[in-house]
Amino acid sequence: MANSLLHSSKLSFSSSFPSLLLPPPSRVRRTAPSFSVNAKIREIFMPALSSTMTEGKIVSWVKSEGDVLSKGESVVVVESDKADMDVETFYDGILVAIVVPEGESAPVGAPIGILAESEEEIAEAKAKAASASAGGGGGSGGAQTSSALPVAPAVTASPAPAIPQPSPPASAAAPSGGGTPGKLIATPAAKKLAKQHKVDLNKIAGTGPFGRVTPADVEAAAGIVKPPPKSVATTAAEPAKAVAAGTGGGAKELPPPLPGSSIVPFSTMQAAVSKNMVESLSVPTFRVGYPVSTNALDALYEKVKPKGVTMTAILAKAAAMALVQHPVVNATCKDGKSFTYNSNINIAVAVAINGGLITPVLQDADKLDLYLLSQKWKELVDKARSKQLQPHEYNSGTFTLSNLGMFGVDRFDAILPPGQGAIMAVGASKPTVVAGSDGFFSVKSKMQVNVTADHRIIYGADLAAFLQTFAKIIENPEGLTL
Amino acid sequence: MHSLSSSSASLSSVPSHHPRHPPSVPLPTLRFCGLRPEALFPRPLSLYSSCSSPARRSARRLRSTVLVSASAGNGPPSKFDYDLVIIGAGVGGHGAALHAVEKGLKTAIIEGDVVGGTCVNRGCVPSKALLAVSGRMRELQSDHHLKSLGLQVAAAGYDRQGVADHANNLASKIRSNLTNSMKALGVDILTGVGTILGPQKVKYGKDNIITAKNIIIATGSVPFVPKGIEVDGKTVITSDHALKLEFVPDWIAIVGSGYIGLEFSDVYTALGSEVTFVEALDQLMPGFDPEIGKLAQRVLINPRNIDYHTGVFASKITPARDGKPVMIELIDAKTKEPKDTLEVDAALIATGRAPFTNGLGLENINVVTQRGFVPVDERMRVIDADGKLVPHVYCIGDANGKMMLAHAASAQGISVVEQVTGKDHILNHLSIPAACFTHPEISMVGLTEPQAKEKADKDGFTISVAKTSFKANTKALAENEGEGLAKMIYRPDNGEILGVHIFGLHAADLIHEASNAIALGTKIQDIKFAVHAHPTLSEVLDELFKSAKVNSPVSSPVSEPVGV
Repeated sequence: MANSLLHSSKLSFSSSFPSLLLPPPSRVRRTAPSFSVNAKIREIFMPALSSTMTEGKIVSWVKSEGDVLSKGESVVVVESDKADMDVETFYDGILVAIVVPEGESAPVGAPIGILAESEEEIAEAKAKAASASAGGGGGSGGAQTSSALPVAPAVTASPAPAIPQPSPPASAAAPSGGGTPGKLIATPAAKKLAKQHKVDLNKIAGTGPFGRVTPADVEAAAGIVKPPPKSVATTAAEPAKAVAAGTGGGAKELPPPLPGSSIVPFSTMQAAVSKNMVESLSVPTFRVGYPVSTNALDALYEKVKPKGVTMTAILAKAAAMALVQHPVVNATCKDGKSFTYNSNINIAVAVAINGGLITPVLQDADKLDLYLLSQKWKELVDKARSKQLQPHEYNSGTFTLSNLGMFGVDRFDAILPPGQGAIMAVGASKPTVVAGSDGFFSVKSKMQVNVTADHRIIYGADLAAFLQTFAKIIENPEGLTL
Repeated sequence: MHSLSSSSASLSSVPSHHPRHPPSVPLPTLRFCGLRPEALFPRPLSLYSSCSSPARRSARRLRSTVLVSASAGNGPPSKFDYDLVIIGAGVGGHGAALHAVEKGLKTAIIEGDVVGGTCVNRGCVPSKALLAVSGRMRELQSDHHLKSLGLQVAAAGYDRQGVADHANNLASKIRSNLTNSMKALGVDILTGVGTILGPQKVKYGKDNIITAKNIIIATGSVPFVPKGIEVDGKTVITSDHALKLEFVPDWIAIVGSGYIGLEFSDVYTALGSEVTFVEALDQLMPGFDPEIGKLAQRVLINPRNIDYHTGVFASKITPARDGKPVMIELIDAKTKEPKDTLEVDAALIATGRAPFTNGLGLENINVVTQRGFVPVDERMRVIDADGKLVPHVYCIGDANGKMMLAHAASAQGISVVEQVTGKDHILNHLSIPAACFTHPEISMVGLTEPQAKEKADKDGFTISVAKTSFKANTKALAENEGEGLAKMIYRPDNGEILGVHIFGLHAADLIHEASNAIALGTKIQDIKFAVHAHPTLSEVLDELFKSAKVNSPVSSPVSEPVGV
């Protein structure tokens, strides 16, 4: 390993710092071929003295240019966000050049000095140092983040991203509403953020009072989506916010309602939906789609429809039969640590009723035949309409089915309800031109099925295999009527 | 034998008695707090019943002192209305009055405004209420900190008026405590502006004239507002206004980064404001030990929504009006060149405090103030225009400018009372601790490292520095508050403590072990054997003493107290 710095602390209270800075080896290897003559010239980097340190300030150089250094000696004192630390060299050599002078700052990983192994390399090292400081524009120069390492730093030392100064000269920036026109005014937090995200304050139009640049402006410019704001300067009476924040949801500062708009509070059912939807954001989901040919299914449906069988029952039965073969898709992740395999297959079916949304559950859908299932479904829907569903009839689902096909919707995504592993979204069946393997075109009815699943327990292959099984059942629906 | 003053009788339903009354006066000790009033009154007076038992014990002790002094026959009865008149009922005057009563002096205190002075009404006390709120807000907002403790808290919020009320209620409560303690001890509280008319003669209110054997000036200070700054009490404010917390600006500039500025930056940032410091000196927090200042800046300034301009004066500050924000013109502190203009929502002027000595009648005793301060010697005796001591007139507290701290004023007052009751006393100002109640707190006593170096060079001794960290302290780690440093500057040759500086959790409470050691002349080699309970934060100091390397194994006698 080449260029390394070992730093140690003089102060007993700074024991929590990482012990060794080792630049990525790739840097050295990639540098060496093109600069083989430079092999004995090493750069001293700004070390990362704490986990939160992004840049450091040179408090003082213990050694001067031309001093001979031996391994383990203190070379420079660096001020981090936490403490002043003595930085020691890991190599013997001669300190040829100081790239970042005392009192100036450099980002972690940027070269701050040049070390030559012997006197022969001094001239060359000096040239390297000159280009480094010229390219970097002095102090905060050589500013090069460690992610941009592959090229030799001495040559590429790219111009440092301009770090906004607290009081830049007047520029044609922020439109001001009452303050001094043409003068850039940014709040302390905005300046800090701008520095952190390397955003040029002069290019931001301030939207704060008097046209000042606010932290939100900087975040917008840096493309940062703000996490739910902490209610700092507001009153405590914001229970909704507290709930949302507690569940990791996005409580946003809402703009005042437009004039003339009316506010209608949620009904109990709507509030429950809202709560569930926010909670669902804490589950890492993914989606897999599958086109299913429905010609055979349509034929079957025509046959059984007169006997009171509904499409919902057919789909529920098909899903249940597929779930029998793929129990993981019927499982639940309750604590983020384990699979909970459900002993029953209970298909919840989303229904829009009276301006609300409810999911009556077809219990043991795999065990009941189509006719019983259809009968059961009718009962459930009637109960739902008259608001007489018992809790176990709407909250015992292990898998949810949502069908918007009757509206002509060709495909959609469903949100996974909390407590379940997967939800299936079924689109309309449409005649589709299909190119057959024999080279002939044909028209077949296809419907798009999308399944959203909890990726903590259900992986892509699980879902794909489940959908394949489901498609086979739909495409060969004889089994459904058995 | 002197008569009771009419004002004192009117102030209290209980007749005033003075220890020097001859024994023929009935029940001479009735006035003292908790002294068996039940025996005399069918039901206890509320004032008495509120006395805690320690107060009763001290009162009982007090009586025996009084009786001794009475029986010792302190000469003929005074020809003065009072033995001691204190002008100003702040913390300094209060401390002096209480000690004067203990020493058997007939004492009056004149107050032109409200009892309690700056500290209780517009300073230390209400600011502690605000800081208590800001400390809790900080804890509740620190997700990282809470998480590491395993706590979950939903978004914290506050009600500005509720916070303001807390500060105001605390001030009222402490004010009434102070008033009651003086009344209960028999100090006459005279209302009105006090003016010295001549030697041993004081006027208060419109035309009440009293005579006093000794006079203590304890009129305190008011916020200092530099020229060019227009204070409107709304958007350009001093600490007097800020403590009422009438609004929490989005962005406030704080002019001055001393104790007051720092504490308010802690309050405002915790309540969601952004802060810009304007400091005339080249670095923030001048006056603190540089190392402590640097660490404090890392913790109290850099990670918070605070920026700063150093080496600049605010030459002109205009309050917000006509749809414009508060404008602050900055000029270079050295070259006086215009440097920048700030536009903020509010400005807090925390550039220090100016003595409040106008209208005191100092001209009547040939005293000329220096920048408003009353000149005094190391015994707080007032010095006149000719450099001579003015007999029987003392000045304590902010008005003399020696050390502008409430407890320093009180200590000076006690020192004066010691002197007028026949015991020479010089207060060692280097033993007076100071604290800044940020989160975490900063505290100090004695010399800073540069001051100690200078003194060492001058007096020809060497100094050493010992440091310990809060990171190594069990209690601090249990609280997850390991950030902090304690530092001691001492003489390795004799073990004398020259200064102690602490930055960390409860630093303000921890400093007293060091300040007491300095006051009593305790040497490191002796105090290091004192035992500290485990696990407590006090072990930070324990370790500090133990880590010092003193070459003198023998403890030397207590050094002479030093005045400033």
